[in-house]
Amino acid sequence: MIELDNVSKVYNEGRVNEVFALRDITLKIRADQTTVLKGPSGSGKTTLLTLIGCLSRPTVGRIHLEGKMVSGLPEKFMTEIRREKFGFVFQRFNLVRGLTVLENVMLPAYPLGLKYSTLRDNAERLLGDVEIADKAGMKVENLSGGEAQRVAIARALINNPDYVIADEPTANLDTRLVGEFLKIVEKLRTEGKSVIITSHDPRIWQADVVDRVIGMEDGRVIDDGIAAT
Amino acid sequence: MNTSFARQRYLMDFTLHSMLRRKGRNLVLFTVYCLVIFILASVMFFGQAIRQEAKTVLADAPEATVQNLVMGRHALINAKWVPVLQNVRGVRHAEGRLWGYYYDTVNGANYTVMVPPSGDAEHQLQPGEVIIGPGIVANRSLIRDKYLFLRANYGEIFRLKVKDRLSSDSALVSADLLLMSEPDFRKFFQLPDDVFTDIGLTIRNAREIPTIIGKIGVRVPGSRVVTRSDILRTYQSIFSWREGLLLALLGASIVAFVIFAFDKAAGLSGEERREIGILKAIGWETSDVLAMKFWEGALVSAGAFLLGLVLAYGHVFFFQAGLLEQVLKGWAVIYPDFHLKPHIEVLQVVTLAFFTVVPYTAATIIPIWRAAVTDPDAVMR
Repeated sequence: MIELDNVSKVYNEGRVNEVFALRDITLKIRADQTTVLKGPSGSGKTTLLTLIGCLSRPTVGRIHLEGKMVSGLPEKFMTEIRREKFGFVFQRFNLVRGLTVLENVMLPAYPLGLKYSTLRDNAERLLGDVEIADKAGMKVENLSGGEAQRVAIARALINNPDYVIADEPTANLDTRLVGEFLKIVEKLRTEGKSVIITSHDPRIWQADVVDRVIGMEDGRVIDDGIAAT
Repeated sequence: MNTSFARQRYLMDFTLHSMLRRKGRNLVLFTVYCLVIFILASVMFFGQAIRQEAKTVLADAPEATVQNLVMGRHALINAKWVPVLQNVRGVRHAEGRLWGYYYDTVNGANYTVMVPPSGDAEHQLQPGEVIIGPGIVANRSLIRDKYLFLRANYGEIFRLKVKDRLSSDSALVSADLLLMSEPDFRKFFQLPDDVFTDIGLTIRNAREIPTIIGKIGVRVPGSRVVTRSDILRTYQSIFSWREGLLLALLGASIVAFVIFAFDKAAGLSGEERREIGILKAIGWETSDVLAMKFWEGALVSAGAFLLGLVLAYGHVFFFQAGLLEQVLKGWAVIYPDFHLKPHIEVLQVVTLAFFTVVPYTAATIIPIWRAAVTDPDAVMR
């Protein structure tokens, strides 16, 4: 369970270009659910996702993860939580160019210092799960958009996180690839993982696999419920 | 496998990949770094080796040498002063020395011609015999029992049998040295029997040298006493001065390198910042990013340092410092060429490492640290 208690986020605080990205968000996100944050550009979805994923700290308010306050933790512990609890699929996938598919997937696990064969086996299994095992040795810059997304998902899962966070994962993907993505999300849900997605794509928030849709606008939650199908 | 060891191995592995991805930039940096180390180390090695040569040359020299001055210039000294000097209290032994220079027109080389001192049993010669240094051996293609022909300046040809080849600890002292007997020397240079080039003194107690010099000044008017430490100091000063001058001239290029290295190593590209953001977002700690960049900096700087050092060693001790020879040897181009004996001061190498590897590694770490401690959410935006 992730709990946000009156959370606000201000960028460039005190400067002329100060921006209120989030205002007084109070929210509970259950584990083993698929949650979508929907809203137009600039509504604060991504900012909320960075706070949930311990990528940044709120300006005001508190965030609890499984009963433990995480918003005020030092960077070292935030990193530990990020590594152990969260897997990230970024909007532009953010794969590291020059490395192979397999190396990109293994990257989040390097700091754990696991035995190489264990690490490689895990990565290969995950690539198999997202049906891209045959591209393991390929450099990521040579992948198509759909392939890159699957690699990003495999990378997000390498440390077996409880929460998978995906920021606009279907932007620039065609309908077939969106369908494949949703299949992976369903699989994750059956494995008991909580998936939190930001999207303004109706194909996502109207999908069966989604349990909860939170509407956002101007940094506030304006709607919270199940999307109409 | 130990977890932290495995972790460092992964970080190094990633670092190598990262360096290969930016191979153009790293190669330029490595080359320039290596070149700077090569030049600095060459100057250092050469200076140190030639100072060491000077020490070796002078190790067997008399503690003091008495020269005759005529109008302030070094002139031949009369043999009558030998017993006078021998009787100065504190002087163990006084001996007239015969030495001079010979320009060999055949090879365009200068030889140092010398009569071995009486105490040097190993190199005693009969008239008609000669012992030559390796430089002359090479120049004249001579071997033992062959004949060396020398033309005196009055036209007479001297035929001298090569008795032996010198094998000295110092190439500087032995390379151009030609030892001949006293009668041959006097005949060759047309010297009368009652003169020497100078008189060498062996002193009982080195601390008494200043007192002895004072006494000699009174007993041998018009003389000058040159001590071994004076000569050594002069050599050291000349080579240190030249080394310093060269380093000062190189200063501009060293500063340029520092600016270049700082800019290239420290200036993070957008791609690198993005990569750091990704790594942090997916669970790398700040210390992991720093360790990675540390390895990168260490590999470039230590690699370039070691290669530069090895190249400098080869340049100085195998190729006679061809690039710096004219600057460092200066006015007295020594013919024939000699090979410097390898001599390295560990402290100098450590100092060079300290002033190059450490600043470079710091230059790479500090900006990375700044980038790595910021929140990784930038990667999401």
